[in-house]
This record gives sequence, C-alpha cells and structure tokens, in this order.
Amino acid sequence: MDFKSSLGLIAPEIILSVSSLVLLLVAAWAGDKASRAISVIACFVLGACFFLVAPMVCAGVAGPDAVAFDGLFTADAFAGFAKLLIFAATGAALVIAPSFFDRTRSMKAEYPVLILLAALGMSLMVSATDLLTLYIGLELNSLASYVLAAFLRNDERSAEAGLKYFVLGALASGILLFGMSLTYGFTGSTDFTAVRAALTGDMSTGALFAVIFVLAGLAFKISAVPFHMWTPDVYEGSPTPVTAFFATAPKVAAVALLMRVSLDAFGMQADAWRQIVLFVALASIIVGALGAIGQANIKRLMAFSSINNVGFILIGLVTGTVDGASAMLVYLAIYIAMTAGSFIAIVMMKDENGAPVELIADIAGLSRSKPLLAACLAMMMFSLAGIPPLFGFWGKFVVFQAAVEADYVALAAVGIAASVIGAFYYLKIVKVMYFDEPADVVKGSSDWAHWALLAISALFISPLGYLLTGWLGGVADKAATTLFLVAA
Amino acid sequence: MEGFPILSLMLLVPLVGAVACLFAEARAARMIALIATLIDLALGIVLWLNFDVGGAQWQFVERAELFAGFSWALGIDGIALLLILLSVFLMPICIGASWKSITKRVGEYMAAFLLMEVLMIGVFAAQDLFLFYIFFESSLIPMYLIIGIWGGDNRIYASYKFFLYTLLGSVLMLIAMLWMVNVAGTTDIPTLMAYDFPVKAQTLLWLAFFASFAVKMPMWPVHTWLPDAHVQAPTAGSVILAGVLLKMGGYGFIRFSLPMLPEASSYFADFVWALSMIAVVVTSLIALVQSDMKKLIAYSSVAHMAIVTVGLFSFNVQGLEGSVMLMLAHGLVSGALFLCVGVIYDRLHTREIARYGGLAVNMPKYAVLFLFFTMASIGLPGTANFVGEFLSLAGIYQVSTWAALICGTGIILGAAYMLYLYRRVAFGEQKNADAAALPDLDAREWVMLGALAAATLWMGVYPESFMAPMRNDIATLEARLAQAAPESDSHFEMGEPVPMADHADAAHEAAEGGAH
Repeated sequence: MDFKSSLGLIAPEIILSVSSLVLLLVAAWAGDKASRAISVIACFVLGACFFLVAPMVCAGVAGPDAVAFDGLFTADAFAGFAKLLIFAATGAALVIAPSFFDRTRSMKAEYPVLILLAALGMSLMVSATDLLTLYIGLELNSLASYVLAAFLRNDERSAEAGLKYFVLGALASGILLFGMSLTYGFTGSTDFTAVRAALTGDMSTGALFAVIFVLAGLAFKISAVPFHMWTPDVYEGSPTPVTAFFATAPKVAAVALLMRVSLDAFGMQADAWRQIVLFVALASIIVGALGAIGQANIKRLMAFSSINNVGFILIGLVTGTVDGASAMLVYLAIYIAMTAGSFIAIVMMKDENGAPVELIADIAGLSRSKPLLAACLAMMMFSLAGIPPLFGFWGKFVVFQAAVEADYVALAAVGIAASVIGAFYYLKIVKVMYFDEPADVVKGSSDWAHWALLAISALFISPLGYLLTGWLGGVADKAATTLFLVAA
Repeated sequence: MEGFPILSLMLLVPLVGAVACLFAEARAARMIALIATLIDLALGIVLWLNFDVGGAQWQFVERAELFAGFSWALGIDGIALLLILLSVFLMPICIGASWKSITKRVGEYMAAFLLMEVLMIGVFAAQDLFLFYIFFESSLIPMYLIIGIWGGDNRIYASYKFFLYTLLGSVLMLIAMLWMVNVAGTTDIPTLMAYDFPVKAQTLLWLAFFASFAVKMPMWPVHTWLPDAHVQAPTAGSVILAGVLLKMGGYGFIRFSLPMLPEASSYFADFVWALSMIAVVVTSLIALVQSDMKKLIAYSSVAHMAIVTVGLFSFNVQGLEGSVMLMLAHGLVSGALFLCVGVIYDRLHTREIARYGGLAVNMPKYAVLFLFFTMASIGLPGTANFVGEFLSLAGIYQVSTWAALICGTGIILGAAYMLYLYRRVAFGEQKNADAAALPDLDAREWVMLGALAAATLWMGVYPESFMAPMRNDIATLEARLAQAAPESDSHFEMGEPVPMADHADAAHEAAEGGAH
C-alpha cells in the first residue's frame, strides 16, 4: 500500500487537523469576537467530513483497501459508521453552544477548536487498528474533553468537573496503558491482527491481565459500572452543551473502540472477556437504573441514563456475533438521537434571566407553559425507557434479538426486566412535566437552531423512525461485517 | 371490498384526528374526536357487513414490508372482528362521557383517547408478532397520561402502578417472542399459530406470555393495579380500561398462549383454574365490602374475567365461545356500569356509596338503566352476560366439575354485591339532601346508556349475530387444542341399552346412572 492511497484514506482526519490548527490561529488573532464565525466554519468542516465518509459507509468499504500506513489505521465501513455518528453529534454540540455561553459572555473562540480536536481524536480512535494509534486518538480526545469540562472558568462546579475528569481520566489512561504494555509484552506486537494471531489458543495469566486492564481502561471511557463514578459529577458540573457532547460522541467512539479491541485484537479470546463484559453490562443496567431514581438534577439523571444505556449496548458485545455488533451500531445511532435530543431540550429550558434550569422540580408543569418542548422531552424519555412505538424501543429490540439468537436468553430476560426499573425514572420526568402543578420557572425563548435540531431528533425517534429500520439495519450490518473480516 | 385497506384506514382516521386535536380548541377538539370515532364506528360496521362468515379464516389481509425484521401485516378473523367492533362501539361513548366532565386540556385528552383507539384496533388487527407487540405495549403511554393528568386525587400512584406493572409483564413476553421467531423463522401470526414448538420449551414461553396477559387480564393475584387505576381514572378512562384494555389479555390467551403453546396450556390448565377459582370467590367477597362504587365494579371485573379464563382453558367449543361472548358482554356492561357511576359522580363529585340513596325517586330513568346493567352484570337471562357466563361454565363443567362449581358461586356472589350496591344507591330513603336533588339523565347520557343497553339486549336475545363470525375460528382453535386437551374429571358410566318393554323403569335407571 503506497503512501498516496494511505493519505487518501485519512482525508477526513487531515481536513480535521488542518482546519482545527488554522482555526486555532484565527482564534488567536481574531479573539473571542470571532467565536461565532469559527463555530460556523467548524460546523462546515464537520459537514464536509461527514459527506466524505458517508459514501464509504454505504459502499461497505472493507479489507486491505481500507488499511492505511501498514495497519496503523483502518478506514473501513465500521469506522465510517461510527465517524458519521461522531461528526453528527459533534456538530450538534457546536450548534447548541453559542447561545448557552453568550448569556455569561463566556463563549470563547477555543470552544469550536477544542471540539474539532476532540472529534479528530475520536475519529482516530474508531479507525485505530494498532494500540499506538488507539492511544493517540484516545488521549487527543480526552485532553480536549478535560478542558471542555472546565470551560466555564468562573464556575466552581465546572472547574471541579474538569479536575475530576482529568484525575480519573488520567488514572484510566494509566490502566489502559499498562494493559497495552502487557499486551505488547505477551504478544510482541501492537498491531491488532498480530495480537489476535498471538492470542490464539491457550492464554497465559499475564495475557489475561493484559485483556482485563485494557478492558478496564476502556470501561472507564464508556462509563460502565464499576468505572462509572465520575460520570454524574462531570455531567452535572460541565456546561450543558459540553455534557451533551460527552454523552454522545465520545460514547460512540469509545464503544466502537471497545468493539474493535475485543472482537479483533482479543477476538480469539472471547470466552475470556465475555464474562467480564456480561457482568459489566448487567451491572451498568441495574446501577444506572437504581442510581437515577433519587436524582434531583436532570443532568445527573441523564448521566445515570447513559450508564444504563451503555449496559444495553454491551449486551450486544456479549453475543460476539455479527448480529450483535450490528445491533450495537443501531442502538448507538438511536441512542445518539435520543440523548442529543434530551440535552437540546434541557439547554432550551431557561428561567426568566436566561439562566439554565437543571432541577427536575423546576420543570414541573412544563407541559402547560411550553407544550411543544415538554412533548419533545416526554417523547425522548419514553424513547429512552424503550416504550414502543417510539424508536428507542427498536434499539433495545435489536440488541435483545441478537442476544436471543446467540442463545443468551437468560441474559436478555434479566436485562429487559431491569429495564423496567429504568422506566420508573424516565416516567418521573414525564410525571413532573405533565401531572404536577406548574412551577413557572422555565421562561424565555430559544433560537431556531435549537428548535431545528430538536425537531430532527424528535422526528427520528418518533414512530416514523421505523421506516428507517430497513436502511439503518442494512448499513449497520455492512459495517459490522467489515469488523469481522479480520477473523476470516 | 377486496384489496381496499380498510383496516389501515381505521387506524389512520383516529390518528389524523389525534394530531388535529392536539392543535385544536376545546370545542373543536371534542367535535373532531366525536367525528373521528363515529367514522371509525361506521367503518367498523362496514367491516362487519363485509365479513364473509364461513369464508377464509383471515380476511381483509394487508401486507407491506415497511420495516426490517417485521412487516405491516393486518388481517382479522371473527374473534378479532368482534373485539374491534367492541372498541369502535365504545369509543364514541367514551368521547360522549367526557363531553362535559373534562374541562382542562381537552385537546390533549381527546388526542390521547383517539391514540388509544388506534392502538386498540392495531392490537386486534395485527398479524405480525412484533407489530402486535408494538401496539400492545404502546397503549401504556396514552393510558398513563389519561390516568395521570385527568385522574382523581391519588392519580400519580395509580398511573405509576399501572404502567410499571403492565410493563414488567410484557417485557418478558418480548423475550419469548424473540425466541419463538428465532426458532420458527417467521413473524407471521397465522403461521406461528400452526407451528409446533418443542414441548419442553413451551413451558417457559407460556409463562412469559402468561406474565403479560395475566397482568393485563387481570388475574388474581396480579390484579391489584386494576382497582387503583379504575378508581383514579376519569370515567371514560375506566370505560376503555374495563371495556377494551382488559380484553387484550383475553385476546392474547386466545391468539397466542392457546394455539401456539397448546401442550403448555394444557399443562398449566389446573394452575389457571385454581387462580380463577380463587379470583372469583376472593374478589367477589372483596367487592361486597367496598364503599367506593368504582372499586366495587373494578373488583367485579376481576371476578368476571376469571370466568373468562376458566372458559378459555376449558379447551372446548362451549368454553371458548363463552369466554369470547363474556369478554364482549363484560366490555359493554362494565363500561356501562362505569358510565352509570360517572353520571352521578359528575353531579355530586363523590364515589362514596353512602353519600347516595333513594336515587330511584328523583332519577327514575337513571334507576331503570342502572338496574338493567346491574341485572346484566349478574347474568340475567336475556342479557349478554348470561350467554357468556352460561357457556363458559358449561364448558368448564365438561372438564372440571369443581372449577365449575366454585366459579358458579361467582354468579351468586355477583348477585349479592351488585344488588347490594343497587339497593344502597337507588333504593331506600333519600337520606342525603344533595343526592335527593340530583337531576335525571340528560339527552346525552340517555343516548350513551341507551345504546349500550340495546347492544346488551341484542347480544342476550339473539347471540347468533355475534357467534356466527367466530364459530369457524373457535372450531379451528378447538381442533388445534384437541391433541392437548386435559382429561375430564367426570367419568360417565354409560347405562346398558334396555328393551322397549321396560321403558319406564329403564329411563329411571339411566337417569340414576348418568348422575355419577
């Protein structure tokens, strides 16, 4: 594979890095006045990358044609699918930010640049087929995220969130790095294909530790139980647009990365990691559901909701089949729409001074003061709870279908029964908005961009979304199949 | 009618109405809802008239491959036809019942009801397993909102209990459905109804389905959500809950548990009978001591539905036909009884039985209709309930005399609690001045209750109109169940044939022999 075609494969990443550097210079010279313009440009950049990747996904690119730089980087349809979700979610995080920060005049020109850098990191993560690329991508994303978490410099909670995220994130990176070094030590390579070949047959205890440490590090990034503790604090403390970003794009990247690592690199040792993933999945579902019940802050509640959802996604990984992987991708796509939609609705809730409303008690009776907003949020909540006919049900459906087909009926039964606990707190939001007497806190209006994004996500998760199931399933199947080509 | 998607149209009309209601003023929303439900009623009648009795098992079949993994497949047999008719018949009455009593957020209320109608028709018309599940499960959302927004004082507790109880029941059913589809390789309900699942697996599958349908039905001891939901729901909510939502459980048994899992159904028949026997006696006794009218009728629903379940699990034609008839009859009569409660609740704003008394004096029209529905609920011959209860009990008598005996006491206890209720509300002296001053039925209430009374009488006097469409389907079901039907506990001793000469003596002996 020559250099030219390798460069062709990383075109989206090149565009992202060049434009983020250029925009950084613009930010340095033009200052915060230009932040809106930079955001707009950043959106266009993401859009360009999106349309660069889209044909590749639809075509189902796979095999040696998709491998760049001698296996360091793979731009196959699987990576492409994840990238599409990442770019879309990142774009949403850019669109909803300016009006949020403008109120406190804290919109800085770095914001879009950092978001772009994070997107670049995530894009590398999902394409990584080498432990080194993986780490570079992960750290690029994480470092940008730490700064974003602490973006409201004058806000104590934001600073605390940034610090907490940094300390725990660094710890997780350390664990991951340790696992990677063990992997290298026991297999003699950092390349996924070589690792896979070396880990065939009986596995030594040392290599088992390598697998466990790598998985533990990644479990932190997807905030799966028992590595979830940081999530509620960081989600609550970070500025809401940043929280929306954290809950969507990096989740996709980390889950895709986890899929590639466990199914490719450690693919021959599925029995070794399956128990771990199984435990993590069920624990996440249950802890995520129980933890959310007592929450008074809607962002914290969404943090637990994301933990809960990760559990469902991991059920697909437990199966270790193409159907399971495809189901995970479908779930991710739907999850992104639901979570982004919920956070957009949360960003749109402001009191009369324009300050964000975060307490669940404050949105009481929202259905009377803002019926449309309440209806959208209620739809998101029912969808997150997995109640048909909303589209969230389809995500759970495909995951459980994959589990049943792979003969994990008991796991599916326990998982779905635990989803009823989750339904309780989603219902609570609906109850507060619809059944309670109005608290009349939420005032003020939102700009059209918020409404447009909310409308798109609401339309996607409405029953009309089912019309997409054939197409979405087909694309996800193609993407998931490319992931398993290595095995052949 | 060939090829015309009338079922989809029946789903579309209320859906469009629901969306329109969301954006309409209160008065307009009421009219839109009434018109939409009346159009659906008319379509339902067209459906009935065009239903070819004795023709193909599945009629008005539509199929479109719109989704991955399942299809938009609709089609009805006689049983589904009758239940759809029940739904479309009750809906305009529900809208009428809410005409004056709902004053806040009318548009949303009417939209929720129209959405309910879409989902109810969808449940009965779905021919695809997952499409059925989606309709079945979706009905939780509008009902949750109806109870929670427009319900009584303790509505929040009731709405949660309703939602979570039924959700827990049905998610397990989803896993069972996924397993069945994985094994059988199709989501088509008619195909699955003829598919022989491994007997070993049937047990667990049956339990998963049972978890869902028993809660919906509701069977003792998972019935406790029902009284709460009924008491707190607005009148029309109770009507639709008792009239149609509960029937989804019975329909589930008849469509899924029995034909798809006959061996397991037979294996668990004793269990179902036992639960039903307990339900009949226990809930009837509970109903006897209620001081809240709606609660009393809610408990009586549980008792009546228990007779439906024994009929279903009697595995013979009488039992099955009887349970479908009883489901329809109960839909009409319990709906009407809730309306009767609603009529006086609207006037006095209390459901406390003790606050009324002597209503027959100042509300004679009301008293007559209330008495009629009371008698129907007891199972007076000539009313719909009699046909259903008699056939169900006759069916169960063939397999279990004990179950028939104990469930038969339900009729007596039913008479006790219903007559006791009627005496306290309508007869006796007018001890409460405000209750004594209540005005009689107005034209709107008269029309609603009158229509229900006419339908109840029709079903009681000439049940053939309703038995005919389902006769073939019940026969098919019985043939499907024949291989697994449990043995009867009655062991008849056939008398010896005797010569004509000793006719008188022989007849006497034969009669004695037959009584063993």
